[in-house]
Amino acid sequence: MNRIVARKFGPNVCRLRIPWRPFSTDVAAKSSTSNAGNPEQETEGEQYDVAIVGGGMVGLALACSLASRPLTKHLNIAIIDSNPALGRKHLIKKDDLPDPRVSTVTPATISFFRDIGAWQYVDKQRHAYFDKMQVWDYTGLGFTKYNARDANKEVLGCVVENKVLLSSLLSRVQDIDVQNKIYPSRLNSMSILPNSSSLEVDSTSSATSLFTHGRLAKLELEDGNSLYAKLVVGADGGKSRVRELAGFRTTGWNYSQNAIICTVEHAIENHCAWQRFLPAGPIALLPIGDKFSNIVWTMNPKESSEFKSMSEDDFLKAVNHALDYGYGPHPKSSVMGNAGIFSWLKGNITVSAKDCFEVPPKVVKLASERMAFPLSLRHANDYTSKRVVLIGDAAHTVHPLAGQGVNLGFGDASTLSNVISEGIAVGTDIGEVSLLKKYEADRKPANVMMMAVLDGFQKAYSVDFGPLNILRAAAFHGAQYISPLKTSIISYASGEQRLPLFS
Amino acid sequence: MASSKLLSQPRWFRFLPRNLSNARLFSELASQPPVSEPQNNIESKSNNNFSSKASSTPSSLKEPELAKFSAIADTWWDYEGPFKPLHKMNPTRLAFIRSTLCRHFGKDPLSPRPFEGLRVIDVGCGGGILSEPLARMGATVTGIDAVEKNIKIARLHANLDPTTSTIEYCCTTAEKLVDEQRKFDAVISLEVIEHVANPAEFCKSLSSLIDHGGATVVSTINRSMRAYATAIVAAEYLLQWLPKGTHQWSSFLTPEELTMILKRASIDVKEMAGFVFNPISGRWSLSDDISVNFIAFGTKENESETV
Repeated sequence: MNRIVARKFGPNVCRLRIPWRPFSTDVAAKSSTSNAGNPEQETEGEQYDVAIVGGGMVGLALACSLASRPLTKHLNIAIIDSNPALGRKHLIKKDDLPDPRVSTVTPATISFFRDIGAWQYVDKQRHAYFDKMQVWDYTGLGFTKYNARDANKEVLGCVVENKVLLSSLLSRVQDIDVQNKIYPSRLNSMSILPNSSSLEVDSTSSATSLFTHGRLAKLELEDGNSLYAKLVVGADGGKSRVRELAGFRTTGWNYSQNAIICTVEHAIENHCAWQRFLPAGPIALLPIGDKFSNIVWTMNPKESSEFKSMSEDDFLKAVNHALDYGYGPHPKSSVMGNAGIFSWLKGNITVSAKDCFEVPPKVVKLASERMAFPLSLRHANDYTSKRVVLIGDAAHTVHPLAGQGVNLGFGDASTLSNVISEGIAVGTDIGEVSLLKKYEADRKPANVMMMAVLDGFQKAYSVDFGPLNILRAAAFHGAQYISPLKTSIISYASGEQRLPLFS
Repeated sequence: MASSKLLSQPRWFRFLPRNLSNARLFSELASQPPVSEPQNNIESKSNNNFSSKASSTPSSLKEPELAKFSAIADTWWDYEGPFKPLHKMNPTRLAFIRSTLCRHFGKDPLSPRPFEGLRVIDVGCGGGILSEPLARMGATVTGIDAVEKNIKIARLHANLDPTTSTIEYCCTTAEKLVDEQRKFDAVISLEVIEHVANPAEFCKSLSSLIDHGGATVVSTINRSMRAYATAIVAAEYLLQWLPKGTHQWSSFLTPEELTMILKRASIDVKEMAGFVFNPISGRWSLSDDISVNFIAFGTKENESETV
């Protein structure tokens, strides 16, 4: 052991001046002989087991998860992110107004956070559990109410501000004694050479020569630093630089839709998640704690700029309108549903099927600025190649319809740290594609399925066409009255089940 | 650095290959087809020996077997090459080794390097695809193979990583090490016994390499119709994952036979498991089904220990 350590670090000291030539396959031969080079290339970067590019929620969750597993807690981790907030620690005060950027975390994500020791920090900050959800559409033909009790759960989910999730993960990273280093910069270039055996058997222990043999990836940062890692994790979001540098292609499209998000205040507390499908897209009202709710309203870009710039009063009126009688009548399905075509299927009706349609609480005040952002769907064709793996939005950007995006990312982080742990248990090099493919094989079908479901929903509601409206209404009725289906939908939306139907 | 490594190696096989024609053994696998293959084990590893009565004559190896593995040695570390099934099976074999050896030697199964302090020999190490993970798990590993090309490849590859460059690789046979009175805490020989000329003698050699209180892990293919169908007909002929003639069905051992010849070599088989391949997930897993591939863990019966 001691010898290995000495081997790892000893040569770093004496072998500093080896310039590296990108993508030349016979670097090994050249590098050991040429000592000239730019002065800034002369310092050899530090060597890590894992370099996480992107210190956002998903990247930090991976760092926490690795640090909390017995087989991976010894790993040396570098986090690369230029966000200055990562350097300091701050809890968000409860009396700040809620930030409009929120995530709806599922019970699966909550239990993942508990496992990695980060939920205790969320608990101390603002968050709002909800146990009911009502979904309906503007045609007035159908509605569905989900209740946590239908699936024997206490909650359906929890709405948490992104900054709360981030600061909780950061506090966790800082509080556990992990071998972490944060590089406050951006990724400039990444190079991974093919495996090669060199004839220079004795030059193998410096990071540079490990790199030239394909055993380490080299990352160069904008601030001139460079580092080496056995595994590079791209957790750098929808415009992932890692994905671009690794040459992974993506498939996807932009919806010609924008989402407007903001925080609003009610006169009473809200404990239910509401979602109504309007002709131009869904509007969601999510409880965020106290009397506040978060609004995610999808609409076409032209409308969004109008809604963003209109006066507060007009906007509140528009929101209340959209959540009540705007665009169409209230559903009256309690009558239709009981005697309708689905009555033979009902079997044991779930509890909330008896609940009537409710109108969401009125919005009385705008509590934040309104932000608009375009929606798109994007999926990386590959999640991994040698020494590189993508997680979170870098691998898949989804329609924010059900707030599933970040949950998929946390699922990625959880699975990847598990796969790394399994690999270490059996002595595998953690950058080996054969190991990383296990992660891809596990996550890709889950992510693609969720994306397809969300995209399908989006498409189904972007068309206003009579027969389709009736089909949608029938689907709502089905979901409302067929217990097993409803339970499945809840489990799926809670992140605990892989396939949406009867599994 | 280099010198410290060389010190640990016997001088007779310190051949630094100067002009290996196969400097690039591994291809980039960026684009792997998601093909799942059936199993079979291939493995092989070559060699090994057995020494018949005339001990210490290296000629006791099955010559055709050696030639067979020599021909495909370059591809050991190509994850998509002829040894792909072995690579895929490797984590499963290692999981069995990890759990049995941790229990036997009282090591912490939650440690990333549970084999720290154990001397382990990989008999028939081939290109080192079992030896390297064992070294990463902390073991002091010796890998031996009768095919010199395998050893060259294994050493070149292991030298690429400081944690595996400590592996001692030797082109030799178990018999010769017995003659040298080498002893190990764990003697591992996977997918080798079906390629040796005299399995009973081979097991005796393995047994002689085990130190007091040590253990052994042996795996092979069952001589069952299913094994014939999967390992030979499917893997070698239909799918051509393995070169034809990699396995000879008649030289396979059943679990009972293996247990018996190990018993005669004073090794008590304590645990046995089968490997099954799931063609849908493309993964191997351990199971109770020992009808095709199986792995056995045994300890040495040691009279002197009880005294």
